[in-house]
Amino acid sequence: MQNFFNSTTSSKVPPQEGFREAYTLHLGDNALILGQRNAEWCGHGPVLEQDIAITNISLDLIGQARNFYQYAAQLLGDDTTEDSLAYLRKEREFKNCLVTEQPNGDWAQTILRQFLFSNYQYLLYQQLQNHKDEQLAAIAAKALKEVAYHLRWSSEWVIRLGDGTEESHKRMLKAIDELWRYSGELFIPAEYEKEVGIDVSLLKNDADNKISAVFEEASLAVPQNVFMQTGGKEGKHTEHLGYILTELQYIQRTYPGAEW
Amino acid sequence: MVTTLTIEEKKLWHILEQVTDPEVPVLTITDLGIVREIKINDDNTEIIITPTYTGCPAMDMISMNIRLALIEAGYKNVLITTVLSPAWTTDWMSEEGKRKLKEYGIAPPNPKQQVCSDKLFAADEAVQCPHCNSWHTHRISEFGSTACKALYQCDDCKEPFDYFKCH
Repeated sequence: MQNFFNSTTSSKVPPQEGFREAYTLHLGDNALILGQRNAEWCGHGPVLEQDIAITNISLDLIGQARNFYQYAAQLLGDDTTEDSLAYLRKEREFKNCLVTEQPNGDWAQTILRQFLFSNYQYLLYQQLQNHKDEQLAAIAAKALKEVAYHLRWSSEWVIRLGDGTEESHKRMLKAIDELWRYSGELFIPAEYEKEVGIDVSLLKNDADNKISAVFEEASLAVPQNVFMQTGGKEGKHTEHLGYILTELQYIQRTYPGAEW
Repeated sequence: MVTTLTIEEKKLWHILEQVTDPEVPVLTITDLGIVREIKINDDNTEIIITPTYTGCPAMDMISMNIRLALIEAGYKNVLITTVLSPAWTTDWMSEEGKRKLKEYGIAPPNPKQQVCSDKLFAADEAVQCPHCNSWHTHRISEFGSTACKALYQCDDCKEPFDYFKCH
Protein backbone atom coordinates (compact mmCIF):
# COMPACT_ATOMS: atom_id res chain seq x y z
CA MET A 1 0.00 0.00 0.00
CA GLN A 2 2.82 2.36 0.84
CA ASN A 3 4.23 1.99 -2.64
CA PHE A 4 0.88 2.47 -4.22
CA PHE A 5 0.42 5.86 -2.63
CA ASN A 6 4.00 6.93 -3.19
CA SER A 7 3.92 6.09 -6.83
CA THR A 8 0.71 7.85 -7.64
CA THR A 9 0.81 11.05 -5.64
CA SER A 10 3.28 13.53 -6.93
CA SER A 11 5.51 14.98 -4.24
CA LYS A 12 5.94 18.28 -6.00
CA VAL A 13 3.42 21.06 -6.05
CA PRO A 14 1.07 20.73 -9.02
CA PRO A 15 1.38 23.41 -11.69
CA GLN A 16 -0.50 26.56 -10.85
CA GLU A 17 -4.02 26.51 -12.21
CA GLY A 18 -5.23 29.91 -13.37
CA PHE A 19 -8.75 30.72 -14.54
CA ARG A 20 -8.00 29.79 -18.13
CA GLU A 21 -6.52 26.43 -17.12
CA ALA A 22 -9.46 25.73 -14.81
CA TYR A 23 -11.97 26.64 -17.52
CA THR A 24 -10.28 24.44 -20.10
CA LEU A 25 -10.23 21.54 -17.64
CA HIS A 26 -13.89 22.11 -16.80
CA LEU A 27 -14.80 21.82 -20.49
CA GLY A 28 -12.66 18.72 -20.88
CA ASP A 29 -13.98 17.07 -17.72
CA ASN A 30 -17.61 17.47 -18.81
CA ALA A 31 -16.78 15.72 -22.07
CA LEU A 32 -14.64 12.98 -20.53
CA ILE A 33 -17.02 12.00 -17.74
CA LEU A 34 -20.13 11.88 -19.91
CA GLY A 35 -18.11 10.08 -22.59
CA GLN A 36 -17.01 7.50 -20.03
CA ARG A 37 -20.58 7.07 -18.79
CA ASN A 38 -21.94 6.57 -22.31
CA ALA A 39 -19.15 4.10 -23.03
CA GLU A 40 -20.55 1.86 -20.27
CA TRP A 41 -23.36 1.07 -22.75
CA CYS A 42 -20.90 -0.53 -25.16
CA GLY A 43 -22.32 -3.98 -25.89
CA HIS A 44 -25.37 -3.35 -23.70
CA GLY A 45 -27.52 -1.01 -25.83
CA PRO A 46 -31.21 -1.84 -26.28
CA VAL A 47 -30.69 -2.58 -29.98
CA LEU A 48 -27.53 -2.74 -32.06
CA GLU A 49 -28.06 0.56 -33.90
CA GLN A 50 -28.58 2.50 -30.66
CA ASP A 51 -25.68 0.75 -28.97
CA ILE A 52 -23.57 2.08 -31.85
CA ALA A 53 -25.18 5.52 -31.59
CA ILE A 54 -24.49 6.03 -27.89
CA THR A 55 -20.91 4.76 -28.18
CA ASN A 56 -20.33 7.01 -31.21
CA ILE A 57 -21.45 9.93 -29.07
CA SER A 58 -19.09 8.70 -26.40
CA LEU A 59 -16.26 8.70 -28.92
CA ASP A 60 -17.05 12.25 -30.01
CA LEU A 61 -17.05 13.40 -26.38
CA ILE A 62 -13.77 11.67 -25.53
CA GLY A 63 -12.30 13.29 -28.65
CA GLN A 64 -13.40 16.69 -27.34
CA ALA A 65 -11.91 15.88 -23.94
CA ARG A 66 -8.58 15.04 -25.59
CA ASN A 67 -8.54 18.35 -27.41
CA PHE A 68 -9.25 20.30 -24.24
CA TYR A 69 -6.74 18.30 -22.17
CA GLN A 70 -4.01 18.69 -24.77
CA TYR A 71 -4.55 22.42 -24.64
CA ALA A 72 -4.73 22.48 -20.83
CA ALA A 73 -1.50 20.47 -20.67
CA GLN A 74 0.15 23.03 -22.89
CA LEU A 75 -1.07 25.85 -20.62
CA LEU A 76 -0.04 24.08 -17.43
CA GLY A 77 3.38 23.15 -18.76
CA ASP A 78 5.93 21.08 -16.82
CA ASP A 79 5.33 17.41 -17.54
CA THR A 80 1.55 17.64 -17.66
CA THR A 81 0.04 15.63 -20.49
CA GLU A 82 -3.49 14.85 -21.67
CA ASP A 83 -3.05 11.45 -20.04
CA SER A 84 -1.89 12.75 -16.67
CA LEU A 85 -4.92 15.04 -16.61
CA ALA A 86 -7.32 12.21 -17.31
CA TYR A 87 -5.67 9.46 -15.30
CA LEU A 88 -3.88 11.09 -12.38
CA ARG A 89 -6.13 13.79 -11.01
CA LYS A 90 -8.27 13.16 -7.98
CA GLU A 91 -11.99 13.51 -7.60
CA ARG A 92 -11.84 16.98 -6.11
CA GLU A 93 -9.73 18.21 -9.03
CA PHE A 94 -12.42 17.31 -11.59
CA LYS A 95 -14.67 20.20 -12.56
CA ASN A 96 -17.42 18.43 -14.51
CA CYS A 97 -21.05 19.28 -13.93
CA LEU A 98 -22.94 16.85 -11.69
CA VAL A 99 -25.35 15.78 -14.43
CA THR A 100 -22.54 14.20 -16.47
CA GLU A 101 -21.55 11.78 -13.70
CA GLN A 102 -25.05 10.48 -12.89
CA PRO A 103 -25.53 6.75 -13.46
CA ASN A 104 -26.85 5.45 -16.77
CA GLY A 105 -29.96 4.02 -15.12
CA ASP A 106 -32.23 2.76 -17.89
CA TRP A 107 -32.30 3.97 -21.50
CA ALA A 108 -34.69 6.79 -20.59
CA GLN A 109 -32.31 8.18 -17.97
CA THR A 110 -29.34 7.99 -20.34
CA ILE A 111 -31.35 9.71 -23.08
CA LEU A 112 -32.55 12.50 -20.82
CA ARG A 113 -29.04 13.09 -19.47
CA GLN A 114 -27.71 13.32 -23.03
CA PHE A 115 -30.51 15.66 -24.07
CA LEU A 116 -30.00 18.04 -21.13
CA PHE A 117 -26.26 18.08 -21.70
CA SER A 118 -26.28 18.35 -25.51
CA ASN A 119 -28.80 21.17 -25.33
CA TYR A 120 -26.42 23.08 -23.04
CA GLN A 121 -23.31 22.13 -25.02
CA TYR A 122 -24.82 23.14 -28.35
CA LEU A 123 -25.65 26.63 -27.07
CA LEU A 124 -22.30 26.92 -25.31
CA TYR A 125 -20.19 25.95 -28.32
CA GLN A 126 -22.11 28.32 -30.56
CA GLN A 127 -20.72 31.08 -28.36
CA LEU A 128 -17.38 29.48 -27.61
CA GLN A 129 -16.51 29.22 -31.32
CA ASN A 130 -16.17 33.02 -31.28
CA HIS A 131 -14.14 33.15 -28.06
CA LYS A 132 -11.02 35.27 -28.17
CA ASP A 133 -8.95 32.27 -27.10
CA GLU A 134 -8.32 30.81 -30.55
CA GLN A 135 -7.71 27.25 -29.46
CA LEU A 136 -10.91 27.02 -27.39
CA ALA A 137 -12.76 28.58 -30.32
CA ALA A 138 -11.30 26.05 -32.76
CA ILE A 139 -12.19 23.06 -30.54
CA ALA A 140 -15.76 24.33 -30.19
CA ALA A 141 -16.21 25.08 -33.89
CA LYS A 142 -14.94 21.63 -34.77
CA ALA A 143 -17.19 19.86 -32.24
CA LEU A 144 -20.31 21.92 -32.91
CA LYS A 145 -21.33 19.90 -35.96
CA GLU A 146 -21.09 16.71 -33.94
CA VAL A 147 -22.98 18.16 -30.99
CA ALA A 148 -25.80 19.26 -33.33
CA TYR A 149 -26.10 15.61 -34.27
CA HIS A 150 -26.17 14.53 -30.59
CA LEU A 151 -28.83 17.08 -29.79
CA ARG A 152 -31.05 16.03 -32.65
CA TRP A 153 -30.68 12.34 -31.85
CA SER A 154 -31.37 12.75 -28.12
CA SER A 155 -34.29 15.16 -28.70
CA GLU A 156 -35.94 12.64 -30.99
CA TRP A 157 -35.50 9.93 -28.38
CA VAL A 158 -37.00 12.07 -25.60
CA ILE A 159 -40.07 12.52 -27.80
CA ARG A 160 -40.15 8.88 -28.85
CA LEU A 161 -40.10 7.69 -25.23
CA GLY A 162 -42.22 10.42 -23.68
CA ASP A 163 -44.90 10.12 -26.34
CA GLY A 164 -44.47 6.36 -26.71
CA THR A 165 -46.04 3.62 -24.63
CA GLU A 166 -47.34 3.87 -21.09
CA GLU A 167 -44.18 2.15 -19.92
CA SER A 168 -41.75 4.40 -21.81
CA HIS A 169 -43.65 7.49 -20.63
CA LYS A 170 -43.44 6.29 -17.04
CA ARG A 171 -39.71 5.77 -17.40
CA MET A 172 -39.18 9.28 -18.76
CA LEU A 173 -41.06 10.66 -15.76
CA LYS A 174 -38.76 8.72 -13.46
CA ALA A 175 -35.71 9.95 -15.37
CA ILE A 176 -36.89 13.56 -14.97
CA ASP A 177 -37.34 12.88 -11.27
CA GLU A 178 -33.78 11.57 -10.98
CA LEU A 179 -31.99 14.14 -13.13
CA TRP A 180 -33.84 17.42 -13.04
CA ARG A 181 -32.13 18.61 -9.87
CA TYR A 182 -28.79 18.52 -11.71
CA SER A 183 -29.95 20.48 -14.77
CA GLY A 184 -29.63 23.93 -13.21
CA GLU A 185 -25.92 23.78 -12.48
CA LEU A 186 -25.08 23.87 -16.19
CA PHE A 187 -26.22 27.50 -16.30
CA ILE A 188 -24.86 28.74 -12.98
CA PRO A 189 -21.38 30.08 -13.72
CA ALA A 190 -18.37 29.20 -11.56
CA GLU A 191 -15.79 31.88 -10.87
CA TYR A 192 -13.50 30.78 -13.73
CA GLU A 193 -16.43 30.89 -16.17
CA LYS A 194 -17.20 34.43 -15.09
CA GLU A 195 -13.55 35.43 -15.49
CA VAL A 196 -12.59 33.85 -18.80
CA GLY A 197 -15.50 31.78 -20.10
CA ILE A 198 -18.83 32.14 -21.79
CA ASP A 199 -21.53 33.51 -19.50
CA VAL A 200 -23.67 30.40 -19.28
CA SER A 201 -26.44 32.21 -17.40
CA LEU A 202 -27.22 34.00 -20.68
CA LEU A 203 -27.82 30.66 -22.41
CA LYS A 204 -30.53 29.57 -19.99
CA ASN A 205 -33.48 31.17 -21.80
CA ASP A 206 -32.72 29.47 -25.09
CA ALA A 207 -32.06 26.20 -23.28
CA ASP A 208 -35.38 26.39 -21.43
CA ASN A 209 -37.23 27.16 -24.65
CA LYS A 210 -35.76 24.12 -26.36
CA ILE A 211 -36.59 21.88 -23.38
CA SER A 212 -40.17 23.20 -23.28
CA ALA A 213 -40.65 22.58 -26.99
CA VAL A 214 -39.28 19.04 -26.87
CA PHE A 215 -41.11 18.16 -23.64
CA GLU A 216 -44.36 19.46 -25.02
CA GLU A 217 -44.07 17.24 -28.04
CA ALA A 218 -43.13 14.38 -25.73
CA SER A 219 -46.19 14.94 -23.50
CA LEU A 220 -43.92 15.66 -20.55
CA ALA A 221 -44.27 18.51 -18.08
CA VAL A 222 -41.29 20.71 -17.26
CA PRO A 223 -40.80 20.51 -13.45
CA GLN A 224 -41.18 23.76 -11.57
CA ASN A 225 -39.42 25.04 -8.45
CA VAL A 226 -36.98 22.19 -8.00
CA PHE A 227 -33.99 22.83 -5.75
CA MET A 228 -30.87 22.67 -7.93
CA GLN A 229 -27.78 20.78 -6.79
CA THR A 230 -24.46 22.47 -7.52
CA GLY A 231 -20.78 21.97 -6.70
CA GLY A 232 -19.40 19.86 -9.55
CA LYS A 233 -17.76 22.84 -11.23
CA GLU A 234 -15.78 23.45 -8.02
CA GLY A 235 -14.87 19.82 -7.49
CA LYS A 236 -17.62 18.89 -5.05
CA HIS A 237 -19.23 15.84 -6.57
CA THR A 238 -21.93 13.30 -5.97
CA GLU A 239 -20.77 9.91 -4.73
CA HIS A 240 -20.76 8.56 -8.30
CA LEU A 241 -17.65 10.32 -9.62
CA GLY A 242 -15.31 8.38 -7.35
CA TYR A 243 -16.53 5.08 -8.78
CA ILE A 244 -16.14 6.32 -12.35
CA LEU A 245 -12.56 7.42 -11.69
CA THR A 246 -11.77 4.17 -9.91
CA GLU A 247 -12.56 2.29 -13.09
CA LEU A 248 -11.17 4.87 -15.50
CA GLN A 249 -7.87 5.30 -13.69
CA TYR A 250 -7.33 1.74 -12.47
CA ILE A 251 -4.56 0.74 -14.87
CA GLN A 252 -2.51 3.91 -14.40
CA ARG A 253 -2.90 3.78 -10.63
CA THR A 254 -1.93 0.13 -10.47
CA TYR A 255 0.83 0.15 -13.09
CA PRO A 256 2.03 3.76 -13.20
CA GLY A 257 3.24 4.78 -16.64
CA ALA A 258 1.82 1.67 -18.31
CA GLU A 259 1.52 2.00 -22.09
CA TRP A 260 0.01 -0.19 -24.77
CA MET B 1 -2.07 26.88 -56.44
CA VAL B 2 -0.57 24.01 -58.44
CA THR B 3 1.58 26.36 -60.48
CA THR B 4 3.35 27.67 -57.39
CA LEU B 5 4.51 24.25 -56.17
CA THR B 6 8.21 23.64 -56.18
CA ILE B 7 9.61 20.32 -57.33
CA GLU B 8 10.32 19.41 -53.72
CA GLU B 9 6.73 20.18 -52.70
CA LYS B 10 5.35 18.17 -55.59
CA LYS B 11 7.46 15.24 -54.50
CA LEU B 12 6.02 15.48 -50.98
CA TRP B 13 2.42 15.66 -52.20
CA HIS B 14 3.11 12.64 -54.34
CA ILE B 15 4.27 10.68 -51.29
CA LEU B 16 1.23 11.79 -49.28
CA GLU B 17 -1.03 10.62 -52.10
CA GLN B 18 0.10 7.08 -51.30
CA VAL B 19 -0.91 7.19 -47.61
CA THR B 20 -4.32 5.63 -47.06
CA ASP B 21 -6.99 5.98 -44.39
CA PRO B 22 -6.76 2.85 -42.20
CA GLU B 23 -10.55 2.67 -41.77
CA VAL B 24 -11.48 3.32 -45.39
CA PRO B 25 -8.42 1.95 -47.17
CA VAL B 26 -9.53 2.94 -50.69
CA LEU B 27 -9.19 6.60 -49.74
CA THR B 28 -5.88 8.36 -49.48
CA ILE B 29 -5.40 11.19 -47.03
CA THR B 30 -5.26 13.65 -49.92
CA ASP B 31 -8.60 12.32 -51.27
CA LEU B 32 -10.06 13.03 -47.83
CA GLY B 33 -8.67 16.55 -47.77
CA ILE B 34 -7.04 16.21 -44.37
CA VAL B 35 -3.60 17.37 -45.47
CA ARG B 36 -3.92 21.14 -45.25
CA GLU B 37 -0.40 22.31 -45.94
CA ILE B 38 3.19 21.22 -46.28
CA LYS B 39 6.10 23.33 -45.16
CA ILE B 40 9.72 22.77 -45.94
CA ASN B 41 11.50 24.38 -43.02
CA ASP B 42 15.25 24.75 -42.51
CA ASP B 43 15.59 21.79 -40.20
CA ASN B 44 12.45 19.75 -40.81
CA THR B 45 9.61 18.88 -43.11
CA GLU B 46 6.27 19.83 -41.64
CA ILE B 47 2.98 18.25 -42.63
CA ILE B 48 -0.11 20.04 -41.35
CA ILE B 49 -3.19 17.88 -41.03
CA THR B 50 -6.71 18.31 -39.66
CA PRO B 51 -8.90 15.57 -38.19
CA THR B 52 -12.16 14.58 -39.88
CA TYR B 53 -14.10 14.00 -36.66
CA THR B 54 -13.08 15.25 -33.21
CA GLY B 55 -12.78 11.74 -31.82
CA CYS B 56 -11.62 9.93 -34.93
CA PRO B 57 -9.37 7.14 -33.64
CA ALA B 58 -7.69 6.78 -37.03
CA MET B 59 -5.86 10.10 -36.69
CA ASP B 60 -2.99 8.73 -34.58
CA MET B 61 -2.42 5.95 -37.07
CA ILE B 62 -2.60 8.37 -39.99
CA SER B 63 0.08 10.54 -38.37
CA MET B 64 2.26 7.50 -37.91
CA ASN B 65 1.73 6.37 -41.50
CA ILE B 66 2.66 9.81 -42.83
CA ARG B 67 5.81 9.75 -40.75
CA LEU B 68 6.73 6.26 -41.96
CA ALA B 69 6.08 7.12 -45.60
CA LEU B 70 8.32 10.18 -45.41
CA ILE B 71 11.07 8.42 -43.49
CA GLU B 72 10.99 5.66 -46.08
CA ALA B 73 11.43 8.29 -48.78
CA GLY B 74 14.51 9.61 -46.99
CA TYR B 75 13.14 12.54 -44.99
CA LYS B 76 14.82 12.71 -41.62
CA ASN B 77 13.10 15.28 -39.46
CA VAL B 78 9.39 14.98 -39.97
CA LEU B 79 7.06 17.17 -37.97
CA ILE B 80 3.33 16.47 -38.05
CA THR B 81 1.16 19.28 -36.79
CA THR B 82 -2.56 18.93 -36.19
CA VAL B 83 -4.75 21.98 -36.61
CA LEU B 84 -8.47 22.14 -35.81
CA SER B 85 -9.39 25.33 -37.58
CA PRO B 86 -10.92 25.69 -40.07
CA ALA B 87 -12.94 22.59 -39.26
CA TRP B 88 -12.83 19.78 -41.80
CA THR B 89 -15.85 19.29 -44.02
CA THR B 90 -16.79 16.55 -46.47
CA ASP B 91 -16.84 19.28 -49.13
CA TRP B 92 -13.04 18.97 -49.08
CA MET B 93 -13.21 15.39 -50.30
CA SER B 94 -11.95 15.09 -53.87
CA GLU B 95 -14.20 13.94 -56.72
CA GLU B 96 -11.77 11.10 -57.24
CA GLY B 97 -12.22 10.16 -53.58
CA LYS B 98 -16.00 10.13 -53.94
CA ARG B 99 -15.75 7.92 -57.01
CA LYS B 100 -13.48 5.47 -55.17
CA LEU B 101 -15.80 5.37 -52.16
CA LYS B 102 -18.76 4.44 -54.31
CA GLU B 103 -16.80 1.74 -56.08
CA TYR B 104 -15.86 0.36 -52.65
CA GLY B 105 -19.56 0.13 -51.68
CA ILE B 106 -19.85 3.24 -49.49
CA ALA B 107 -22.21 5.97 -50.64
CA PRO B 108 -20.15 9.19 -50.92
CA PRO B 109 -21.21 12.30 -48.99
CA ASN B 110 -23.79 14.56 -50.56
CA PRO B 111 -22.86 18.21 -50.83
CA LYS B 112 -23.47 19.92 -47.49
CA GLN B 113 -27.12 20.62 -46.86
CA GLN B 114 -29.57 20.40 -44.03
CA VAL B 115 -28.10 17.45 -42.17
CA CYS B 116 -26.05 19.44 -39.70
CA SER B 117 -29.09 21.28 -38.35
CA ASP B 118 -30.84 20.37 -35.12
CA LYS B 119 -34.23 20.04 -36.79
CA LEU B 120 -36.09 17.02 -35.46
CA PHE B 121 -37.28 14.06 -37.48
CA ALA B 122 -36.02 15.74 -40.63
CA ALA B 123 -36.69 13.88 -43.86
CA ASP B 124 -33.94 11.43 -44.75
CA GLU B 125 -31.38 12.78 -47.13
CA ALA B 126 -31.70 11.33 -50.61
CA VAL B 127 -28.79 8.92 -50.76
CA GLN B 128 -28.00 6.87 -53.82
CA CYS B 129 -27.39 3.14 -53.38
CA PRO B 130 -23.73 2.49 -54.30
CA HIS B 131 -24.63 -1.00 -55.56
CA CYS B 132 -27.62 -0.55 -57.90
CA ASN B 133 -27.72 3.28 -58.17
CA SER B 134 -31.31 3.47 -56.96
CA TRP B 135 -32.36 6.60 -55.07
CA HIS B 136 -35.04 4.55 -53.38
CA THR B 137 -33.21 4.11 -50.06
CA HIS B 138 -33.86 4.79 -46.41
CA ARG B 139 -31.81 5.46 -43.31
CA ILE B 140 -31.54 2.68 -40.73
CA SER B 141 -29.40 4.58 -38.25
CA GLU B 142 -27.82 8.03 -38.00
CA PHE B 143 -24.70 6.40 -36.59
CA GLY B 144 -22.66 3.71 -38.27
CA SER B 145 -19.55 1.59 -37.94
CA THR B 146 -17.28 4.64 -37.73
CA ALA B 147 -17.87 8.25 -36.70
CA CYS B 148 -18.05 9.38 -40.32
CA LYS B 149 -20.77 6.98 -41.48
CA ALA B 150 -24.51 6.40 -41.21
CA LEU B 151 -26.32 3.17 -42.03
CA TYR B 152 -28.72 2.97 -44.98
CA GLN B 153 -30.61 0.29 -46.86
CA CYS B 154 -31.64 0.16 -50.49
CA ASP B 155 -35.36 -0.48 -51.02
CA ASP B 156 -34.77 -1.88 -54.50
CA CYS B 157 -31.80 -4.24 -54.24
CA LYS B 158 -32.35 -4.57 -50.45
CA GLU B 159 -28.63 -4.29 -49.70
CA PRO B 160 -27.68 -2.41 -46.55
CA PHE B 161 -24.81 0.04 -47.09
CA ASP B 162 -22.73 2.68 -45.34
CA TYR B 163 -23.18 6.32 -46.21
CA PHE B 164 -20.27 8.68 -45.63
CA LYS B 165 -22.40 11.38 -44.04
CA CYS B 166 -21.94 14.98 -45.01
CA HIS B 167 -20.24 16.94 -42.28
